[in-house]
Amino acid sequence: MNLQSVFLKCVFVASWLLLSCLAPLQAKEAALLAEDPVLEKRLIHISEELRCLVCQNESLASSRAELANDLREEVRKLIREDKSDSQIKEYLVTRYGDFVLYKPEVKPLTWVLWFGPFLLLVLAILGMAYYLRQRQGAQSGRPALSDEDRRKVQEILKSGDVP
Amino acid sequence: MKKFLIPLGLFLGLVIFLAVGLNRDPREIPSPLVGKPAPAFSLNTLDANAAKFGPQDMKGKVWMLNVWATWCVACREEHPVLVAFPKANQLPIVGLSYKEVQPQDEPAGKKFSPEEKLQFARDRSALWLKRHGNPYVLSAMDLDGRVGIDYGVYGVPETYVIDKEGVIRYKRVGVVTPELLQSTILPLVQKLNAS
Repeated sequence: MNLQSVFLKCVFVASWLLLSCLAPLQAKEAALLAEDPVLEKRLIHISEELRCLVCQNESLASSRAELANDLREEVRKLIREDKSDSQIKEYLVTRYGDFVLYKPEVKPLTWVLWFGPFLLLVLAILGMAYYLRQRQGAQSGRPALSDEDRRKVQEILKSGDVP
Repeated sequence: MKKFLIPLGLFLGLVIFLAVGLNRDPREIPSPLVGKPAPAFSLNTLDANAAKFGPQDMKGKVWMLNVWATWCVACREEHPVLVAFPKANQLPIVGLSYKEVQPQDEPAGKKFSPEEKLQFARDRSALWLKRHGNPYVLSAMDLDGRVGIDYGVYGVPETYVIDKEGVIRYKRVGVVTPELLQSTILPLVQKLNAS
């Protein structure tokens, strides 16, 4: 009984400590958002299409890496300077290359990327059409049964009735 | 024609694609900066008595810019290679100390003033270079990482070779190894020095 109350107290103190640690962090996040909701909305819109270079499969919007933080701050600055979305992306591409874009530009270098899958699909459809036609051809090429053959079959089946 | 060769061929093709794809280092991203002029900057250096440094100060020389920090673990692996780099190679190495002061370095609940930050970074970097050797002719202090962004830095260490006209000729993300120095960097430097 006594042990239980001590344990409960520990849990209570621990959770209080945890909460008091978390509180300032949350307050900071909220303040940032409240500062300029329009700007933050645009920031999220832009950075969702940008790749974080440290953790490469995360977008700049969701990454918690320090570089992502810096780059988000950079994008905020550019938004405040009234730069357009494409200007901001251009800014990052000149520094980090096309790799930062989750949606790469359509240009000769990326044609394979954009149109390759469709090309494969067309090839697969053509291949399948060819295969099916060949199979059909093979079936129609099978020798038809003559009347003589049918008569023989009937005979065999009839004789097979009696074991 | 033997029919079984078709799926076998397709499978081998797939294997080749995967083998090439999986053996590539995903961290190695072709930098758009190669072939472009090195972005200008003007930064304080490790030496408190020295003037500010910018890439324009190195005009007429082939030089190497090495991004480093005392908190960077991979830099410790790379550092002896840079220190042992023979002086005969005539390649000045300039350090770019990248975001030396990290948020956790600041005393709890207090923020460094810019001067305190610079002092802290200078003290710790100097101590580190004293312990591990100093390969740099000077080290510029990029405390907020702004210059790092202009140079497309996303992982320390990074290394750039810049030619006499101030154009970036080579970029390496990650540790510079002795093999890399011998096979790629030195021949490039010799070519650039000759031109």
